[in-house]
Amino acid sequence: MAMAAASSRLFWASRAAAYLRISTFPRAFATVLKDLKYADTHEWVKVEGDSATVGITDHAQDHLGDVVFVELPEVGISVSQGKNFGAVESVKATSDINSPVSGEVVEVNEKLSEEPGLVNASPYEKGWIIKVKLSNSGDLNSLMDDDKYSKFCEEEDNH
Amino acid sequence: MASVGLARVSGVARPLMRLVTMSRMPILQQLHLEEQLLRRTSDNWCIINDGTAPATIVMGVSGRVSELVNIQLVLRDKVPIVRRFSGGGTVIVDQGTVFVTFICNKNVVAGLQPFPRDIMSWSGQLYGKVFDRFGEFHLRENDYAFSHRKFGGNAQSITKNRWVHHTSFLWDYDVKNMDYLKIPKRAPEYRLARNHTDFLCRMKEYIPSRSVFTDGVIAALGEHFSVQPMDLQAILSGDEEFVPSTKLLSQQYLEEIVSSKESLEIIES
Repeated sequence: MAMAAASSRLFWASRAAAYLRISTFPRAFATVLKDLKYADTHEWVKVEGDSATVGITDHAQDHLGDVVFVELPEVGISVSQGKNFGAVESVKATSDINSPVSGEVVEVNEKLSEEPGLVNASPYEKGWIIKVKLSNSGDLNSLMDDDKYSKFCEEEDNH
Repeated sequence: MASVGLARVSGVARPLMRLVTMSRMPILQQLHLEEQLLRRTSDNWCIINDGTAPATIVMGVSGRVSELVNIQLVLRDKVPIVRRFSGGGTVIVDQGTVFVTFICNKNVVAGLQPFPRDIMSWSGQLYGKVFDRFGEFHLRENDYAFSHRKFGGNAQSITKNRWVHHTSFLWDYDVKNMDYLKIPKRAPEYRLARNHTDFLCRMKEYIPSRSVFTDGVIAALGEHFSVQPMDLQAILSGDEEFVPSTKLLSQQYLEEIVSSKESLEIIES
């Protein structure tokens, strides 16, 4: 449901931008989903058992602009909470992606090699980046829930 | 446009900005230095390199050589190609290029978010103070332009707590060197399919001297930072174990691209 709303908003924003020749930045609100946890470096994590799926948030992709390349890690490497495991490149910039959790990378979204724009079009679904076998479920305690993260983003944007 | 962090700070201690000025430093060495300062220090830096030698093509981290460079010309003339650690497009740099790089902590400018457009906007405002008296200065789609003609290109790298913003300014350029570069697919809209000579301009046509420009940058910095000149040797003498990710592309690598592309063309024909 939330994803449908997000998709339709993105579609409208893109069409409006194309028609009016205006930038879609900044938008009033970025989508934030309830069942995820969030880092202050704008990554999300969805935990199911000891498996965690990680990506960057809608707020992040909105601020980054068009993603043209995603540097993916290798399956099997260890990631640590707060440390970078890869990067996204938008026009003119590379930005580190920091892992919200610690563990071992068990899957990477190879589709992003051919379609990096999935990170923009579908940051919480098709644009996921890595899946991690968790080594420390206590990591989640230092992450934000959707409400805290929404407030965090508002504060950042309002400075 | 809101003046994020650019309001003059009176009566408050300004953050320290360490200034390194160089001349004719090879671009590969400059990029290694910048990456080292980004990843291995917690200081704020401004690096100014007035010219570089030899003439070198510099590409962003994900640029595809065959799409951006006339490889056969490059091989014939033995022009080096460097792949940068940051994003951004492709440029050929030489003694007519002036480089200015900011390497900063995330919180050094109040309210500046660590995202590409925010940093670009901040630096555009800073450079506006340098250039506005010389011409109609614009930040256009990540480039610096006088009216609609580009004279400076940007590239950035953003880590968890720090960022680097580097600019290659075209004080002067050799038209012949532009033949090594192809017009990129992702050209900015304001380029309007213009070739290099119509799209670019030379700063020397607008500003009296290179030193007027570089002194202007240092003066603009001084309005917001406590600027501390640093000796290059003092910086370099340490951290021998740092391995930079900026790389010189080998001639063999380039030759392999040419032959694989030629075999692809044979298959297609």
